[in-house]
Amino acid sequence: MTSMTQSFTRWPVIEKDPRDFRVRPNLLDYADTCAAFTWDDARRALTGAPPAEATGGVVSSGTAMNIAYEAVDRHAEGPNAGKDALRFIGADGAAHSLTFARLAEETSRFASVLRELGIGSGDRVFSLLGRVPELYVAVLGTVKNASVFCPLFAAFGPDPIAQRMTLGDGKVLVTTRALYRRKIVPIRGELPELRHVLIVDAEGSPEEGTLDLAALMAAAPDYGPIAATDREDMALLHFTSGTTGTPKGAIHVHDAVTAHYATGLFALDLHPDDVFWCTADPGWVTGTSYGVIAPLVHGVTTIVDTEEMEVERWYRILEEQRVTVWYTAPTALRMLMRGGVSRARSHDLGALRFVASVGEPLNPEVVIWGQEAFGIPVHDNWWQTETGGIMIANYAAMQIKPGSMGQPLPGVFAAIVARDSEGRPILDDEGLPVLVTEEFEVGELALRPGWPSMFRGYLHEQERYERSFVGGWYLTGDLVRRDRDGYYFFVGRGDDIIKSSGHLIGPFEVETALLEHAAVAEAAVIGIPDEVAGEIVTAYVVLHPGWEATDALRLDIIGFARRRLGPAVAPRELEFTDEVPKTRSGKILRRLLKARALGLPEGDTSTVERPQ
Amino acid sequence: MTERSAREAVYAAIGKVAPDVDVADVADGDRFRQDLDLDSLDFLRVLETIAAATGVTVSEDDYPAVATVGGLISYLLDAAQ
Repeated sequence: MTSMTQSFTRWPVIEKDPRDFRVRPNLLDYADTCAAFTWDDARRALTGAPPAEATGGVVSSGTAMNIAYEAVDRHAEGPNAGKDALRFIGADGAAHSLTFARLAEETSRFASVLRELGIGSGDRVFSLLGRVPELYVAVLGTVKNASVFCPLFAAFGPDPIAQRMTLGDGKVLVTTRALYRRKIVPIRGELPELRHVLIVDAEGSPEEGTLDLAALMAAAPDYGPIAATDREDMALLHFTSGTTGTPKGAIHVHDAVTAHYATGLFALDLHPDDVFWCTADPGWVTGTSYGVIAPLVHGVTTIVDTEEMEVERWYRILEEQRVTVWYTAPTALRMLMRGGVSRARSHDLGALRFVASVGEPLNPEVVIWGQEAFGIPVHDNWWQTETGGIMIANYAAMQIKPGSMGQPLPGVFAAIVARDSEGRPILDDEGLPVLVTEEFEVGELALRPGWPSMFRGYLHEQERYERSFVGGWYLTGDLVRRDRDGYYFFVGRGDDIIKSSGHLIGPFEVETALLEHAAVAEAAVIGIPDEVAGEIVTAYVVLHPGWEATDALRLDIIGFARRRLGPAVAPRELEFTDEVPKTRSGKILRRLLKARALGLPEGDTSTVERPQ
Repeated sequence: MTERSAREAVYAAIGKVAPDVDVADVADGDRFRQDLDLDSLDFLRVLETIAAATGVTVSEDDYPAVATVGGLISYLLDAAQ
């Protein structure tokens, strides 16, 4: 593996001279900023709490904090009131904006609707929506009411929806008529906790068992003072996939907004006059942290494309909306790359001054391609659902080593933990993890707890939460290496989780759905490398006796899985096999399966069960 | 290529990539993404499947024109002219 060192240096370092920049970067001197930075200072840049008159005379404690107040109301009360907060681009390309003042009013109305329905502090409100204005109003209105918001990706099938809503004790669901009919009606009986379904497009005639959100909003009484929440109160719930078992509901608190603010400042270099576009869907954590909260906290105008990705459309939006800072994903960039540089150059992208990417490792070719297409390189960064915000980044003023995710942000302490052959952390005599110090040595990326957007638990699963910490470090599950300058490089997942189009997919969830097909006796699911998606979900299936491995059956099983899981989670490829490799204790050896599929060395197979 | 063979090629590609879609229920006005629930990777795979079967590749410039089932069928017919 020593050749890896060379591959890092094969790509020339991208030098920068911040004096050439149009705006002065927020993070200029990395060492000085890191040394001086404290999260308390970052908190002081925020209001900290609504003023007493806004909370009806309730004097806030020193630890009061509300995400919606920081993101919306404090701007609505000041000179930003008439500024566009969110600008939605419709199918026809026309823009429809909500100002900060309007967003404050709408979110208060939504909070009032919840309160009138008896939904209060800590109650979970779910959404199953595309990127429509009602979604953004619901996120912020929910946290305004001290309730907890949990977004679901609209492309999920009924199975992932039912599972997450059950695990999250969802009391309210905000969705559309079409999604309700297709995905909720078949599972409503499995959701006894679900009290209210709010339909955003009911137009006066909600389905039976649902409510007309627009009518409720129109009739909602004045909400009055915003709910008094504490920094440590639960605000958001984001589900993420595990290797085994059910998805995990990562709990985030109101103080996360401190990290959204600081990372928006340092990693995205947000300035008040920016027009910012985060292409992620709020159904995933990036679309909430950076598609809603971070830019609004900074008082910048955020673009929301209500449609699906399309190359020409995206360039038109960048051009027409004069986007200055753009946060997107490797899969999308690779799709743009397929379209060629000339397509980018045929648009005036002159407003664009910073491009960042997250979701999966960004290959060096894309970083370089950015220079040709946009005139600026793409800045990779790294974080995950549990961290709530960007942890490691290529910030605007730093030299880029293509292929690197960058360096830890101010206030973030990262290390690499050594692992044994079983993938467990190696501990010293005192039970502390042994840290990797050698350049380019692979280990598990670990973070020192203490940043405000760190998850505070997996809902109802304290033990699973505790297992993700060892000797004072949070273990991320990602394998990385680091060079002598402190740049981190992603190597792969330390577990069997699949990363496809930037989304984490738990193989167990997919296998469980496949096993419900009458023909399937055993199933193992892995990610196979793909040029565009990073990995694509691939299933290996053993059939019950009496079933014939035909192409028609293969398609039938894929269709079955897509109906249950949705296209984002279901396998795109499926192969029949005679056996699924397992340990003697019956655990599926997905890594061995993957090595076989890719023609790689199989490694230590001494624990593999051999059929008699 | 006839209208019928173009239609068959499109239906076959949908059936291969998204077997959850019942092509008997598909209307020409249906949009791949919004109405048939295909995601962007599915859509690329549909175009790749069609390219392999018919030899017609769709340029990225023309993606808006082939966003619907009927649009893609017409595109294949025009390309074959």
